[in-house]
Amino acid sequence: MGLTAQSTGIGAMDNTLKIDRLSGDIVAALAGNPNVGKSTVFNGLTGLKQHTGSWPGKTVANAQGRCRGRNKAVVLVDLPGTYSLMAGSAEEEAARDFICFGGPDCTVVVADATCLMRNLNLVLQTLEITGRVVVCVNLMDEARRKGVNVDTDALAARLGVPVVGCAARSGHGLSALMDAVRTVAQSESAPVPAVIGYGPDVEKALALLEPAVTERLKGRLPGRWTALKLLDGDTSLMESIRSYLGFDLPSDAVVAEALAQAQSALADAGIGGDTLRDIVVSSLTRRAESVCAGAVRTENSGYTRADRRIDKVLTSRVFGLPVMLALLALMFWLTLAGANYPSQLLSSGLFWVEDQLTALFSLLGAPEWLHGLLVLGMYRTLAWVVSVMLPPMAIFFPLFTLLEDLGYLPRVAFNLDKSFKRACACGKQALTMCMGLGCNAAGVVGCRIIESPRERLIAIITNNFMPCNGRFPTLIAIITMFFAAASGVLYSVISALALVGVILLGIFMTLLVSKLLSKTLLKGLPSSFTLELPPYRRPQILRVIGRSLVDRTLFVLGAPPAAPPPAGLVIWLLANADVNGVSLLAHAAGFLDPFARFLGLDGFILMAFILGFPANEIVIPIVILSYMATGSLTDMSSLADLRALLVSHGWTWLTAVCVMLFSLMHWPCGTTCWTIRKETGSWKWTAVSFLVPTVCGMLACFVVANLARLLGLA
Amino acid sequence: MSEYITLNALPLGKRARVRQLTCHGSARRRMLDLGLILDTVVEALLSSPGGDPVAYYIRGAVIALRSEEAAHILVQAC
Repeated sequence: MGLTAQSTGIGAMDNTLKIDRLSGDIVAALAGNPNVGKSTVFNGLTGLKQHTGSWPGKTVANAQGRCRGRNKAVVLVDLPGTYSLMAGSAEEEAARDFICFGGPDCTVVVADATCLMRNLNLVLQTLEITGRVVVCVNLMDEARRKGVNVDTDALAARLGVPVVGCAARSGHGLSALMDAVRTVAQSESAPVPAVIGYGPDVEKALALLEPAVTERLKGRLPGRWTALKLLDGDTSLMESIRSYLGFDLPSDAVVAEALAQAQSALADAGIGGDTLRDIVVSSLTRRAESVCAGAVRTENSGYTRADRRIDKVLTSRVFGLPVMLALLALMFWLTLAGANYPSQLLSSGLFWVEDQLTALFSLLGAPEWLHGLLVLGMYRTLAWVVSVMLPPMAIFFPLFTLLEDLGYLPRVAFNLDKSFKRACACGKQALTMCMGLGCNAAGVVGCRIIESPRERLIAIITNNFMPCNGRFPTLIAIITMFFAAASGVLYSVISALALVGVILLGIFMTLLVSKLLSKTLLKGLPSSFTLELPPYRRPQILRVIGRSLVDRTLFVLGAPPAAPPPAGLVIWLLANADVNGVSLLAHAAGFLDPFARFLGLDGFILMAFILGFPANEIVIPIVILSYMATGSLTDMSSLADLRALLVSHGWTWLTAVCVMLFSLMHWPCGTTCWTIRKETGSWKWTAVSFLVPTVCGMLACFVVANLARLLGLA
Repeated sequence: MSEYITLNALPLGKRARVRQLTCHGSARRRMLDLGLILDTVVEALLSSPGGDPVAYYIRGAVIALRSEEAAHILVQAC
């Protein structure tokens, strides 16, 4: 899931504060709580296809996009979604640093109209840093449906900055938002928002410290806010001031003296570290309450009675887990049943084209090796990948996006958290596993939503136990050929259940390995876990289909199948370059064969998995190519023919089981390894992530194969 | 006036007022950011199939907390 511009590296993402701006461009930062549709606003304004997900922390690194209007271009910088700017996490630090030091001409704070009061915390914190703020109250349509009325004029009057109501998903209010951004960015003087009072004791201390701080900062940061952070002992901000402004604020003599006075004033009033923080946060929350009073009228709560009723069922002791599995099975069934026919159609179409190509080649008198290279090597591999992979993905991903859009996935994390806690891991790992179902590389990137570094590493290392879309076709093809002999509806039901079984095994392995890692390499206790369960949202069916087709399915036709043709070429060369009358591929496979037999595979299969390192989807095509190179050339247009080919090369049900096990558990693909290296910044953890699933898979295959042989089952 | 109890002891469907946080540092900050400040009314909404975590209704949002976290929040039934 989430084969986004971000995860694929197409997008303009950057962890630094450097912005691609032309002179005269307006730079606007986009801040907001997680789950408020910030990315939808961003996409609506820039037209950039950035996939949006419905769990906290989707936008984990800054993304930029430009939107042109009638006059000056506006460069939008999408900040990570945060509840606060008090730098409790890397995301909050990144957001705060950009607002403070990135020099935005305007900061847009996106807030959720359905729970505005909660979102105002971030708005108020931003207003303490800068007056150049536009508040975008998003999801106005959703709020109206839930009986929440927001008076944006009253809010604007109370906050002292423009407030624009939006329904970004339908594009409503976005042009008004852009106008407000331009007005604020181009106005001579920044609006002056109302100051938040922190009570007499804190105010007294602030009065002692603020003048010295203001003097030293020379307008580069607001004195009052910085003074408050100084009192609060915010070392992260001081560190950022050092690196962006080039001086150490607490070590300035005048500031240090004032700070000592202010601290003793606080101590006299009996205010210590925790108490000061309590006062600050409570004042912000109370201020949010008073801003909302009268401006936000709620007929019933944001979390409606309907939501309540649905959640009672979806998270209940009796139905919670069965419903989850049933949904998964239903998705697989719809995928398999629906993909069957288009798959056949595509396959016969593409192989008809192959025949035409062959005819064309012989008409032109092209040499046999060229035909083999281009048509039998590159084209056939591509045709296989397209006809087998594309239809299931075109059905599976919209279904999955639908669940995501509904807001169901956080419930999965909620239901499974106890199991993850037992494995000393984090429930949010369930979300990253869901992402892994789409693409393990995306799943690994998604692990950033897990706060504890130890638990994040566990999630990264175990992500590969979820079969990604590159491995589904292998699993589906083998299930179809060897285990679902029935036809019609029964076939798809059996296949779907078998797939659910594979996923369950993947989940079991994830929990087992997480537990083992927690007891060995990554010792530790489960850390804290807080997870927001957003209200259910009505999914926009057309948009879901459009988005998942563009973002995900076409991506399948983009990056990974860019790999099959060249890979097909290499494989064809390996299979046809002779050394002493035997192909290179056969040499290599022969070398691997004894070991592979030990695992219930054969040398060609193991070789295929090794050659499939760039992209998992080409494993089966490689097996087919190498079998064909060593013998019978069959027409591969149907799975029945394929089965015959495999069986003629010694495949039994046991081989099929072992291939499925090994497909579920072997090294991550090249892209995923590269992503793990990038995310962990360590070769060591990349190696661990490579070895852990590989060893598990080899053990599993070894045990199953030899047990079956011992028992005389195969 | 009823006794203070820890939030994880609050029965499902019941409401209580936050009286005190007994955690410190970043854990405390996270709780405050969730809106769990003094006098906030909290309702225990849902329990996950395993009984833990429990989802609470806090200031307009549904937030799931593990029992370890909820044990650091002292509340008074209301």
